[in-house]
Amino acid sequence: MARLELSNLHAEVAEGDEKILEGVDLEVESGEIHALMGPNGSGKSTTAKVIAGHPAYEVTEGEVLLHLEDEEFGEDIEIDEDQRTWDLLDLEPNERAALGIFLGFQYPAEIEGVTMTNFLRTALNAKIEEREELFEEEEGEEAEEEDEGFESSPMEGPADEGEVGVAEFQQILQEKMEQLDMDEKFAQRYLNAGFSGGEKKQNEVLQAAILEPSIAVLDEIDSGLDIDRLQDVSEGINALRDEQGTGILQITHYQRILDYVEPDHVHVMLDGQIAKSGGPELAEKLEDKGYDWVREDVYGTA
Amino acid sequence: MSSDQDHLKETDTEARFEFKKEENSAVRSGKGLTEEVIRMISEDKDEPDWMLERRLRALEQYQNMPMPSGWPGMPDLSELDVEEIIPYIRPDVDKREGVDDWTELPDEIKDTFDKLGIPEAEKNALSGVGAQYESEVVYQNMQEQWEEKGVIFCNMDKAVQDHPELVKEHFMTTCVPPSDNKFAALHGAVWSGGSFVYVPEDVTVEMPVQAYFRMNSEGMGQFEHTLIIAEEGSEVHYIEGCSAPKYGTHNLHSGGVEVFVGEDAHVQYSTVQNWSKNTFNLNTKRAICEENGTMEWVSGSMGSKVTMLYPCTILKGRGSTDTHITIALAGEGQDIDTGAKVYHNAPETSSTIESKSIAKDGGRTNYRGLVHIADGAENSSTAVECDALMFDNESTSDTMPYMEIEESKVDVAHEATVGKIGDEDIFYLQSRGLDDDDAKKMIVAGFIEPITEELPIEYAVELNRLIELEMEGSLG
Repeated sequence: MARLELSNLHAEVAEGDEKILEGVDLEVESGEIHALMGPNGSGKSTTAKVIAGHPAYEVTEGEVLLHLEDEEFGEDIEIDEDQRTWDLLDLEPNERAALGIFLGFQYPAEIEGVTMTNFLRTALNAKIEEREELFEEEEGEEAEEEDEGFESSPMEGPADEGEVGVAEFQQILQEKMEQLDMDEKFAQRYLNAGFSGGEKKQNEVLQAAILEPSIAVLDEIDSGLDIDRLQDVSEGINALRDEQGTGILQITHYQRILDYVEPDHVHVMLDGQIAKSGGPELAEKLEDKGYDWVREDVYGTA
Repeated sequence: MSSDQDHLKETDTEARFEFKKEENSAVRSGKGLTEEVIRMISEDKDEPDWMLERRLRALEQYQNMPMPSGWPGMPDLSELDVEEIIPYIRPDVDKREGVDDWTELPDEIKDTFDKLGIPEAEKNALSGVGAQYESEVVYQNMQEQWEEKGVIFCNMDKAVQDHPELVKEHFMTTCVPPSDNKFAALHGAVWSGGSFVYVPEDVTVEMPVQAYFRMNSEGMGQFEHTLIIAEEGSEVHYIEGCSAPKYGTHNLHSGGVEVFVGEDAHVQYSTVQNWSKNTFNLNTKRAICEENGTMEWVSGSMGSKVTMLYPCTILKGRGSTDTHITIALAGEGQDIDTGAKVYHNAPETSSTIESKSIAKDGGRTNYRGLVHIADGAENSSTAVECDALMFDNESTSDTMPYMEIEESKVDVAHEATVGKIGDEDIFYLQSRGLDDDDAKKMIVAGFIEPITEELPIEYAVELNRLIELEMEGSLG
């Protein structure tokens, strides 16, 4: 199990002093689905980026902690007492990813010339390697493996580099793509380059399925999707929870996706804080009544 | 670049490496360029009189020409003192092992080879020991296979002896005459080594002709002359790979490449070059394309203090085609000024230029290109695309495309992008587990992918690795 805990989180834009988060408290556990809702500019995306370590934001106060338990890391790693809780704010984005944080982007970067296969395998191996480094520091340095050259296309990187080899990875990728009903041609396309909005979102879910995070923060993954694609993406998200036990923090404007991805908890964000939390019924109420009643409820004004 | 000059201005020299200056020479000239020195070179090579005459005439032209100047944004050549450079050193074969020994190479070069994963035998080859043996063997095998088809692939010096008629006709006559520019003249006077490739009519050489070790083993890379003659309907891919090895014993580089693309012939010339950081890398490379001929240039330029390199194609025959794909990477203290030059001198000719450059740590890259479409070259088309990627605010990148269009029935396209490597892109990759360095490497590898995919795998691998090493700053 893993638990992500945001407490009293304050953040501002790194260049400039525009305050965006003003004391966010939130907890997400493996296996749970949380919906984070709120009007534009309320701080939802910033929360997501701060969790993942985006350099554009500076945390001025508060904590982002990740608590881990043994089973989270499989049988071969027993987590020491002092490694059960990590302060994510001390870590680089890739280290956070290695510990099991995943950020699904609203607008994923398009990287020309880098095939999906190459990217995903590199990412998976980087994650495995980084995780080993984070957890095995005190065991002394591992004997560095010799790089014996390239077995495959140079575009795929050295075949012997990393835990997961090319052939093994192809199989994983193919399987996950089938599950998500993605065309196999995706594997050889360049990362997000020329993808439609829906394809990009599907790709984000695919990445989460491959990287198997303990906590996935999905930033408006439902935006710009038609109903069919929305269902595909939703199925993918549910599978993350059901098959991998991933905890989901689903950022969204709309009730729509919550019809397919049923949240255990719903939070409403207003002005950089969680203004209200509740169960699925809260989302339905928001759908009917908008956000103003929350504002009224919390601040006494509209 | 002057528009009335029908050729490219390019030059090539290499600054001196003190560490080998006093060693390893059976024959070495004095400093500077004199008639005596040229005669000595020619005599040492046992050249026919006509070649000596060409050398001497080139020397005269060199002495009467001014240094290139006045180009906008021209790299600084003020530290280059040709008179201080020793134009010719022939390694002493007997002592070669002692001096060109791997262990005597500077650490940064050895590290480079290590990191490139080049095996010991190849390292020796690249550093000048045993290369000759190794490459002789390879070369002989290839030779036999091709000889049956009438293909000639040999050392340029040997070509002068064995194929004088072909060389006499093509060597620095119509393609790159010494009068072209000061460094072409210099090259004409002191040239040494290089490759000669002759492909007879309708012969296709399926595997790439590679000059990798040989040039280096001979230790004469600094003035290499490459002459490729592809007769009507023939096809050949020539690859010159000089990653780090030209660091050796020589002081001056003034290389020349001449390519004759016959009717319906197809030549690809690929090069991956990585020079030491105190090299002035100033080349002259040109191709002439006959009717329906196709010329393709693929080049990766790294290393060097200054590179000025603008491979040129003259589309002389109707329907001939040119493609340029170039990549440049400039780090600290480097000025990589590269591009392409194409003359459309006949109707229905077409050209494509794709240039990619990467600047980091205060380096400068510049795309300098000229596309000339002559009056009467109707229905010709050209498309130029240059993309620059910068890593930081200290690095600079310029684009200087020149288009001289004298014909109205043509199709001309130019597109340029200059971008700083995106923080959002890096963050995206980091959020997936890649560290900052690996994220940048991946973006750069993707950026140059169109070039690496044009190269045979070992060169692509090497190019990728070189760039990775540069990205780590470990080439110093």
